[in-house]
This record gives sequence, C-alpha cells and structure tokens, in this order.
Amino acid sequence: MKYKGRFGDYGGFYVPEVLIPVLEELEEAFYRFYQDEHFVTELAQLSKDYNGRPTPLYYARRFSEYVGFKVYLKREDLVHGGAHKGNNTLGQGLLAKYMGKTKLIAETGAGQHGLATAMIGALLGMETKIFMGVTDIERQSVNVHKMKLCGAEVIPVEGGTGTLKDAINDALRYWTAHVMDTFYLFGSAAGPHPYPTIVKYFQSCIGSETRRQILEQIGRLPDMVVACVGGGSNAIGIFSGFLNDKDVKLIGVEAGGRSLASGKHAASLTTGRVGILHGAKAYLLQDSEGQVNETESVSAGLDYPAVGPEHCLLKDTGRAQYVAAEDEQVLDAFELLCKKEGILPALESTHALAYLISQKGKLNSETVVVVNLSGRGDKDVSIVEKHRPLKD
Amino acid sequence: MKTYEQVFSELNRTALIPFFVIGDPDFDTSLAIVKTAVDSGADILELGIPFSDPIADGPTIQKADIRAMKSGIKVKKTLEFIRKIKDYKDIPIGLLMYYNLIYQYGVERFFVDFHQAGVNSVLVADMSIDDADEIIPSAKSAGLDTVFIVTPNTSPERMKLIVSKTTGFIYTVSLLGVTGSRSELSGMVEELISKLKKLTDIPVCVGFGISCAEHAAAIARAGADGVIIGSKIVELIEHNLGNHEKMLAEISSFITEVKNALRIHSNL
Repeated sequence: MKYKGRFGDYGGFYVPEVLIPVLEELEEAFYRFYQDEHFVTELAQLSKDYNGRPTPLYYARRFSEYVGFKVYLKREDLVHGGAHKGNNTLGQGLLAKYMGKTKLIAETGAGQHGLATAMIGALLGMETKIFMGVTDIERQSVNVHKMKLCGAEVIPVEGGTGTLKDAINDALRYWTAHVMDTFYLFGSAAGPHPYPTIVKYFQSCIGSETRRQILEQIGRLPDMVVACVGGGSNAIGIFSGFLNDKDVKLIGVEAGGRSLASGKHAASLTTGRVGILHGAKAYLLQDSEGQVNETESVSAGLDYPAVGPEHCLLKDTGRAQYVAAEDEQVLDAFELLCKKEGILPALESTHALAYLISQKGKLNSETVVVVNLSGRGDKDVSIVEKHRPLKD
Repeated sequence: MKTYEQVFSELNRTALIPFFVIGDPDFDTSLAIVKTAVDSGADILELGIPFSDPIADGPTIQKADIRAMKSGIKVKKTLEFIRKIKDYKDIPIGLLMYYNLIYQYGVERFFVDFHQAGVNSVLVADMSIDDADEIIPSAKSAGLDTVFIVTPNTSPERMKLIVSKTTGFIYTVSLLGVTGSRSELSGMVEELISKLKKLTDIPVCVGFGISCAEHAAAIARAGADGVIIGSKIVELIEHNLGNHEKMLAEISSFITEVKNALRIHSNL
C-alpha cells in the first residue's frame, strides 16, 4: 500500500492478507484515475445528467419559523436514487469500469446504497450482488424490490442481528473468494483504507456545492452544518466543504436508538471506545473484552456499531461535535418536516433535524444552520406508520 | 514447553494440526474434544478465541464462535482452557484470532499472559504484515513465535517480507477465500508451497479448505510441513451436538484417518 490511510491513529487497513493485493490495486487505480481527464469528464457529465447534480440548497421557511433560526436543507434527497449514496456509487462504479472490473458487490443497511449500486450496475452493465441483513430486508422491502428491478441479486445475510454490520461481514467474505474480478463498492466513509478516502472524495461535491450555494444565497458562511452519522459518508461529504472555516460549527448526529441509557442505540462516537472492526481503527460499540455490540435504531442506515475514521479524529480534535438523537425525537422531527415543508426525509437524515428541534429557543433568530438532507423518506413510510399510526 | 521447532524436527512426516474454537459448544465439552484430538495424534493445536465478527471465517466457524460465546466463553476463560490442555499434554498451541480482542486486552499483557498459559504463537486473522509491528515486539519479548499468513495472491516482494518476520511456521492459505471445508483442493497450493520452499527453511503449514485424508495426503505430497484442518472437524461438532459420545468418536476416527494418510505418504 502506498499510503497508510490513517486519520491520526484511526483508520488503517486491518484486513486478512488475501485482501491486501486487491486494496492495493484499488488505491493505485483511485490515485491514477481521480484526476484523469476522461474520468473527470465522464463523472461530471453523469453527475449532472444521471444523478441530477447540483442539488438545490433550500431555505426551509416554515421549519425555520418553528425552530426560531434559519434552516437551509441541502437536498441530497433529490439525487437520483433518493439519497447521497448515488454520488459515491457513480464515482466508484466508474472507477470499477476504468479498472476493467465486470462485477460489483456492495453491502447495504437501509437499502439506499444497495439501490444506488444496483442502478450503477445497470447503467454500466455490470453484474451486481447486494448483501443485506435479513432484518433490513424485512424493514426496507421496497428498496429490495427496486434493487431487483434494476437487475441486482440481493443476498440475504442471516448472521448477527441481520443488519448493516453483518452485511459488511459477508460482503468482505465474498470478496475474499472473488478478488480477481469483483469490485467491492463500499458505501460509507468507513472500512479499510482506501475506502474512507475514496468515499469522502466522491461525496465532497456535497460540501463544495453547499459552500458555494450558501455564499450565493446569503453572502456569508453558515454558523453551523449538521448531518447524521452512521458510517459517516454524508456527514464527511458536507463537512469537507467547511473543515477550514473554523467559525462554522460542525455537528454530527448519531442514532440514539431507544435511548443512550438503555444501551440500545448505535451512537459509536458518543458512547463507544476505540477498537478495530471492518478493517479500521475507530470508535466502536463493544463489550469490555472487545466483542462488538448489537445496535438498534429506527433507521437501518445508521444501525452500525463503528464509524468512519476521519470522524473519530474530528471528534478528538474538537473540530466537529457529535451528539445523538433518540428514535422518538426522530419520529417527531419526521412528522414535523412533512407538515411544515411537504418533504419526507429519510429517517437517517431526520436525526439531523431532530437535533435542530432540540436547539429550539437556544439559538438566536439570525443563526444560519445548514442540514444535509441526505435522503428521502419514501422507504420509511411503513416504519413510521408502525410507530405512529395515522389518526382518522 | 515444547516448541514448533522441536515438533517439526522430530517428525519425519507432515504434521497434523487440527483447529478448534475454544469453548465450542461449551467449556467442558470443548476440553474433552481437544483432549480427544491430542490422544488421536494431533501434533500441534490451532485454537480460536471466538469473536463476534470473524470476517476471515466461513459459516462453519462462525457458528462455532456463536456457540462458544453463547455458552459464556470469555477471553480470560480461554487462558484457563489453554492451561488445562497444557497440563494434559505439552503440545504446541497456536492461537488464531481477531485483533480487537487483543487490542482491548492490552497488546503487551495479552502476549505475556497467553505465553505463560502455554501458547506458542498468535496469528491475527485481520492483521496484515504491514501492521505487524504493532504486535511483533510484544510477542517476541514475551517469548512467542510470530506466525503470519501467505495467500495465493501474495506478491513475491510481500512473500519475502512476510517470511522475514515469521518464526515457527508459515500459515499458508490454500485458496482465495474464507475458512470452510471444500470438496476439492484449489490447485493453487502446490505452486505456493514450492515458491515458499525456495525462499525459506521455515516450515510451511497449509490450511483452509482441507477436508479429508486425501486432501491432507495431497498437501503432504506437495511438500508441506503441516496440514491445518478446521471447518471439517468443527462440522463434526456441529452435527453431533446432541450426542457427545458420538461426537468424540467421530473426531477421533477422523483425526486417526488423516494421520494414517500422512504416515502412509511419508513411508512411500
């Protein structure tokens, strides 16, 4: 490997020897192509024509009135496929094509990354397999169906709690046996090097667009940028545009699940301890001996016991702050955004909105907050219906 | 304490190295299983400490890990297990496990404690040679051998690097993939063994996918110094969870059969 892939002491590539050659190949290819003229042109063209970028930055007037400060939504829910995941799958999918790979595999939690990968598989004519936990298959059945419509094979993963962590385990195992022709299209800015770097790069369009758009709209930078954090790809994507703007507060919101006190949550940065999982050193939810905890969250996409390594460093240096929102707060926020703005947010992204609601009355009316609305909530309607049945 | 070096120099045939997950399906049964393996002719033991997310393992070992953890096996408890085996017979023991358990225990203390209990080496499944210096100094100062993995896709330069940091034996993976029994050998293994043999005198042991006496004999013919058999034996545990007597009998006869195949090969 040419680079160590460390963010401070976090990250690295703690993987079985058999995966090293293929990670080396990926690292080499990424640094060869990411500034290659053809690659850049093709990516820019498809980002625009296929994914629908740039996405709008929208001033949410009625939601702002409710919380008492100015809220702008970065509309990643409008990216083709319904979430920011499409930015990364397009980038990595093209990388796979330039590398001459013919098969894609991916893990998915909520199904957004799986769907985005299935779409890219169709776009590029590649055979695509999506690993998905059985719990997630059940709670995100619409996305499963969409993936299949796009021609992907969805492989149910029964291990553990049948969630994102288990899907990554099996995708890694499958990759180990098929390293020669298969490209692992990893969905989050986590996992072994070079994935955190690659995913951040392909998601950094969120941050650079947002910075330009807010300057155009209000002539100044926001006071705060808020994003939900599971593995952390949408958050690192939008944070990346503001890392050097020291006056812009960066807030990551993790899944508080039932509650932090109950232990049934997925708030790795807020409550975890440094450990090693899925190839990276990072904050991890684990028992005293290092067995990884089972996590719980109303949002499948945040239901993950570790987190991307760069977020760990941002936490330690204090550049970003990380908090948690519990399921009930999230469901409140979901309903509120629907009612105030006519926008159905993904339950993942809704964690960021829940944090904003918790700041009601605490920030002055001139405060400008940008939220990364990383995905749309169509996939979550049945979950919300189960928790909050509609009254006649 | 018996070393790998002693075992390999005393044997005039390929060593038989069965793998078990400590505590599968529970502490006492697991102890009886491993003692049976020792009695049946194991030359070295490869033991796993169960982990919640074993990414290098196929379904058979994953299930064994779950059984062991459900029965209440803790990392500390595996020390007691290893001491009991060593009290039964002085046989070299290699651990095969995942890094987070060592990291949480404390790297230095882990190697000291497990060496004292009777472990000869610790192979970390999710650590490549690139990060090996996080553990080598602690392993060496505690007096352990440092075993690392070579796979069929390891480049010649990496192979040299791995060999230079390895003592005891080289753990050679016979295929591209995770652990698990297979109906046939991969065909990549002969070339890999001969490459390693040209590079070093360190014994070469082959694991992953070796599932019967014929496989073991073929590996021996290819020049390996040891065969490691895991999933196939763990399957015998899984298939006989309701009948411990039958479980022990089948494990004993399987190990005896493999051992005989290795003996016959060496007499040819």
